[in-house]
Amino acid sequence: MIDKRVKSLAEAVDGIEDGSVVLAAGFGGAGSPEALYGALLEQGAKDLVIVNNNAGTGRTGLAGLMDAGRVRKIICSYPRSSGSVVFEELYRDSKIELELVPQGILSERMRCAAAGLGGFWSPTGVGTRLAEGKEEREIDGRRYVLEKPLKGDVALLKAELGDRWGNLTYNKSARNFNPTMAQAAALSIVQVRRFVELGDIDPEHIITPGIFVDRMVEVPN
Amino acid sequence: MPLTRKQIAWRAAQDLGDGVYVNLGIGLPTLVADVLPEGREIVLQSENGVLGVGPAPGANEIDMDLVNAGKQPVTLLKGGSYVHHTDSFLMIRGGHLDLALLGAFEVAENGDLANWTTDDPKFPPGVGGAMDLAAGAKEVRVLVEHMTRDGAPRLRKKCEYPLTAARVVRRVYTDFAVIDVTARGFVVREIVEDIDFDALQQKTEAILHPAADLKALKAPAI
Repeated sequence: MIDKRVKSLAEAVDGIEDGSVVLAAGFGGAGSPEALYGALLEQGAKDLVIVNNNAGTGRTGLAGLMDAGRVRKIICSYPRSSGSVVFEELYRDSKIELELVPQGILSERMRCAAAGLGGFWSPTGVGTRLAEGKEEREIDGRRYVLEKPLKGDVALLKAELGDRWGNLTYNKSARNFNPTMAQAAALSIVQVRRFVELGDIDPEHIITPGIFVDRMVEVPN
Repeated sequence: MPLTRKQIAWRAAQDLGDGVYVNLGIGLPTLVADVLPEGREIVLQSENGVLGVGPAPGANEIDMDLVNAGKQPVTLLKGGSYVHHTDSFLMIRGGHLDLALLGAFEVAENGDLANWTTDDPKFPPGVGGAMDLAAGAKEVRVLVEHMTRDGAPRLRKKCEYPLTAARVVRRVYTDFAVIDVTARGFVVREIVEDIDFDALQQKTEAILHPAADLKALKAPAI
């Protein structure tokens, strides 16, 4: 019988290894798996490479992981939000690596990995500093750069409803990176606001089919 | 009198036709959402996966799961929808948006746009969705103050700051003028009434050409 539900946050993050590439969803607070960040902090994995749109705010959540020295590198599009004090301190002291990727390319690279592809040609960033060192090609009169797939060992996700098969729905703009990250990670872990019975979610409304989900923990926020 | 930021946004909003799909970049362009012309259905897309962004919510309507690119709470118009990030940037990069209204540090006379970093060593660089937007929208227009706070010109012969994209900007709305980017360079379409053309040129590094039908730039007191 398929049952991806686990009983605790500790069980949800059990076994995450040092050095993991962690795809972490969220745009601002919307869709951000704060409970899973807390669980990962307790679990102790370090030397992590975090993929997120931003670089944390305040001193909890993703910022808490960085503050505790667990994060080696962050791959993101915009580390410079108001309140990203922890990242800025670490960055100034050269204690954390930064790989800057345009937001849409970050998402598309993960989708590329999820889809089993070897790369794609993108017009984003052509003629800019972020294209330096990348292979370039002209296709039908337009210039493109080669972008490589970005796969995760782990994805930390937040969803609205989930059933035991792992089917997920989301809430408004809290959806953001969650569906693509669920697809692009070897181990996809999701905090679900509410578990529902199999069949409760209309198949027409399932946003992430359960095939992409490995573990779910209920966190009513 | 130069236009206020809200008036610059108002002027840019006047050029949005009924039924356009528009992305508003962070900074000055977000004010456009507050001054949309009456009687037109304008579909605002937000890079974090919202199509049909509505007005700012009332105090008891705020849902922090519904935010815009600047992470501010918004509402959803009837007919609006949500997509995930990859599909949002498919809309953006795949040329499905009619228009991107962006802020800028500098715009060059050939349409080069610099709006993501000033290489200030005090801050880490951040790019967000700017490069995808600049590369993908059918048309890019910029809303920006004509000069920096220190009085340096933003409309340049060539951008000094690192580029967001090359040759993409078609129109610039400033606090003094509405300026098009053409094969000839910057062409001034409208200019505020109480400065003359020479004074505007003094605030601008690149050569300005007056349009044959140069008009007054007027905005209501809002």
